[in-house]
Amino acid sequence: MSQTSFDASARLLEQVNDAIAQRKPLRIQGGGSKSHLGRVLTGELLDTREHRGIVTYDPTELVVTVRTGTPLAELEQTLDEQGQLLACEPPHLGTDATVGGMVAAGLSGPRRPWAGSVRDFVLGTRVITGQGKHLRFGGEVMKNVAGYDLSRLMAGSFGCLGVVTEVSLKVLPKPRAVANLRLELDLSQALQKLAQWGQQPLPISAACHDGEYLHLRLEGGEGSVAAARDRLGCETIGLDFWEDLREQRLSFFSDKRPLWRVSLPNNTPPLLLPGAQLVDWGGAQRWLKSEAPAEDIRSVVSHAGGHATCYETCDSPFQPLPAALMRYHRQLKAQLDPHGIFNPGRMYAEI
Amino acid sequence: MNILYDERVDGALPKVDKTALLAELRERLPDLDILHQEEDLKPYECDGLSAYRTTPMLVVLPERVEQVEQLLKLCHEHQVPVVARGAGTGLSGGALPLEQGILLVMARFNRILEVNPSGRFARVQPGVRNLAISQAAAPFDLYYAPDPSSQIACSIGGNVAENAGGVHCLKYGLTVHNLLKVDILTVEGERLTLGSDALDSPGFDLLALFTGSEGMLGVITEVTVKLLPKPQVAKVLLAAFDSVEKAGRAVGDIIAAGIIPGGLEMMDNLAIRAAEDFIHAGYPVDAEAILLCELDGVEADVHDDCERVRQVLETAGATEVRLARDEAERVRFWAGRKNAFPAVGRISPDYYCMDGTIPRRELPGVLRGITELSAEYGLRVANVFHAGDGNMHPLILFDANQPGELERAEALGGKILELCVAVGGSITGEHGVGREKINQMCAQFNADELTLFHGVKAAFDATGLLNPGKNIPTLHRCAEFGAMHVHHGQMPFPELERF
Ligand SMILES: Cc1cc2nc3c(=O)[nH]c(=O)nc-3n(C[C@H](O)[C@H](O)[C@@H](O)COP(=O)(O)OP(=O)(O)OC[C@H]3O[C@@H](n4cnc5c(N)ncnc54)[C@H](O)[C@@H]3O)c2cc1C
Ligand SMILES: Cc1cc2nc3c(=O)[nH]c(=O)nc-3n(C[C@H](O)[C@H](O)[C@H](O)COP(=O)(O)OP(=O)(O)OC[C@H]3O[C@@H](n4cnc5c(N)ncnc54)[C@H](O)[C@@H]3O)c2cc1C
Repeated sequence: MSQTSFDASARLLEQVNDAIAQRKPLRIQGGGSKSHLGRVLTGELLDTREHRGIVTYDPTELVVTVRTGTPLAELEQTLDEQGQLLACEPPHLGTDATVGGMVAAGLSGPRRPWAGSVRDFVLGTRVITGQGKHLRFGGEVMKNVAGYDLSRLMAGSFGCLGVVTEVSLKVLPKPRAVANLRLELDLSQALQKLAQWGQQPLPISAACHDGEYLHLRLEGGEGSVAAARDRLGCETIGLDFWEDLREQRLSFFSDKRPLWRVSLPNNTPPLLLPGAQLVDWGGAQRWLKSEAPAEDIRSVVSHAGGHATCYETCDSPFQPLPAALMRYHRQLKAQLDPHGIFNPGRMYAEI
Repeated sequence: MNILYDERVDGALPKVDKTALLAELRERLPDLDILHQEEDLKPYECDGLSAYRTTPMLVVLPERVEQVEQLLKLCHEHQVPVVARGAGTGLSGGALPLEQGILLVMARFNRILEVNPSGRFARVQPGVRNLAISQAAAPFDLYYAPDPSSQIACSIGGNVAENAGGVHCLKYGLTVHNLLKVDILTVEGERLTLGSDALDSPGFDLLALFTGSEGMLGVITEVTVKLLPKPQVAKVLLAAFDSVEKAGRAVGDIIAAGIIPGGLEMMDNLAIRAAEDFIHAGYPVDAEAILLCELDGVEADVHDDCERVRQVLETAGATEVRLARDEAERVRFWAGRKNAFPAVGRISPDYYCMDGTIPRRELPGVLRGITELSAEYGLRVANVFHAGDGNMHPLILFDANQPGELERAEALGGKILELCVAVGGSITGEHGVGREKINQMCAQFNADELTLFHGVKAAFDATGLLNPGKNIPTLHRCAEFGAMHVHHGQMPFPELERF
């Protein structure tokens, strides 16, 4: 893989300042791998991919600082060479994913309930703001509570609050041992088991029910993984399953009906929704293939204390916010992006 | 360097008529407990940072959310500043009151509303003490991971406001990593829920933004925290070193070996001696530094990791490595560390606790810098810190009865924090900016960054009534007191008028 390094922040800053001067919106794009997420955008393209390379990486600090146009695969390879990883297991959804897109989309993979989300690993950022300034927030240290935590706010904001040019991420050592198991259990039995196991110090790091089987991944030291495998006593299978799940390559995802991501409290019982379901995150994330109207899906999901995101082109892919909360979203957007140039409307029409 | 509110540089405050306000509060909120007499207000004039005191105009002690809601609406209507307070253990003056403001004490919100073992969460009121959550979860073999040393006293609301951390942070994260949801009231008395019972929620991550915002963006009225299964076993190793540098390097070596300890703490000779005199933990008092390394988890893994860490420590030049023989010795090893602050309090009339963070690799250089500064200012410094996450707590020893010593201690503290910033660290890792580090914020952030912070504040509190003067300095303050560096002969903020 070609590992190039180039600081294009001056060019990006100039483009943002031009956009501010002309009051013309920008459409921030990394690899475009997540362009099916969110609302359709117009606006001039701001391409981050030239701005790339790892700025600093000291494995003993457990921190890497990287320019946001860097391909995610390149970052992961560098970490892998040092026996480390991004514990949030971000989905690539294609070969072009960038680090900026990963942070802005804030999507995490199967390890998320046990290890944390993308935002949990963000320590610092550099951001081009709606005032046309290139600023630094947070840093490269594990603990930093000076000022407001704008870095973690950037995670999952879909580029609506500024252009992230650099990000410092906490990384972790790769687990020493991994095992993959499969148990034949129906969904409600599986959810019950998971609730029990969740209260015990078991080295589970992924749990997905595919309709037929409960798939479990164990990660930790050799001793704990071996002991848990013996105790749970079930069939051992290959590891590809988790990457296929993360990248939405399992056959479940080839169903032609629209794809929904449903986020729920982890102890929610099986949810009655029209269509096919795949349960990930030990029950806290459920994928749904369904043609049911958005309102119907959302009313069932909200009732259970969760929310639903549509992974298709539609008018309201993200669950609408209560009016009071939307007001504070608009006020925050107005402060950080007063001229409304960053991905306006990508998340919600109002921001 | 006085850090009390100064309208000249911190901005003008609304003028409030105490008598009229008291009368209206009594009429509109007849069942609200209000303190207004000098002797009742005294106990609230400072938080854990007792060097600075201001008597609040009024103290209110609500018990129900509706009271807080009505109070905030009324204060907003009349433009009365409000400062929220939890248990008052903050060490940076975050809950320091205002003469012209109401101190809103949330301590009576002390109920645990729900412990849900299958959902692995607990729903609690903000005044619940940190340790009480783990105690309530203990029957289910669950616990709440963030463990500030003040955990027997501090409130979960204060923990959210400060994004508090403790010994477990390196492995289990800060408060922000262990929250699902907070209910807040905005300064306008509007109820909002940030986060949800699920692992994420739609929209911007306001839960992350709110955590650590020091009571500036809203009042926390309920908190839902994650609970974790209690680790099966925990073992602790104590390693002695004949140089602080070697101990510092050993910290990096442990991480490089792929091990994330449950706790990794370091103490220097002055702190070791003070703690040993006080607690009799069995520390080697001749060591220049000791490391305490706790490994927790499943039995087999902990056993293996102990052996690995022992080898790393020996290779790094430890003069002695001890594994706590039993639970009693493990508890004793930790008792020395956990009581290091009061122990230092016994060897000096006063001490001033700093809270800077640095990249771990800078540890030896920064410790050298602190030694030099200590000599320069003629004050002893004891070092106790969360070595695993680079969070230092230099304790500056002084005597407030000696004229000028408090000022010297403050000046030395400021220099230490600036040293942390210079090596890429931060002026606060867990205690917050509050009022104490308001001037050092000018060293860590430039004028544009501070301006954006003020923008975030304005998005939630346009008239600046919640905890005015805390957390983010005005540019006027930076121009006058800030540790701003003169760059190419240019004064910072040339556009601002000088005083
Ligand atoms: C349904 C739909 C169809 C579309 N079809 C087309 C099309 O056919 N042709 C076309 O040209 N465009 C199309 N777009 C618009 C465009 O592809 C996306 O909006 C573009 O922003 C996606 O790049 P990406 O974010 O997916 O890249 P990713 O790198 O995957 O980024 C994901 C998210 O992060 C944001 N982001 C990425 N990097 C940064 C950064 N450094 N700082 C801040 N935010 C960042 C992006 O704006 C986006 O919100 C479409 C959009 C949608 C919603
Ligand atoms: C001996 C000692 C050891 C300590 N060790 C640690 C440590 O290891 N780690 C650590 O992180 N801290 C530590 N601290 C600092 C302190 O305990 C923490 O900052 C704690 O989180 C403060 O909680 P509190 O309830 O006492 O808050 P307070 O001191 O009452 O308030 C602190 C801030 O929170 C705001 N606040 C409080 N309640 C609310 C609410 N309901 N809504 C909105 N804002 C609110 C206040 O306005 C103020 O800005 C220590 C303190 C002491 C005295």
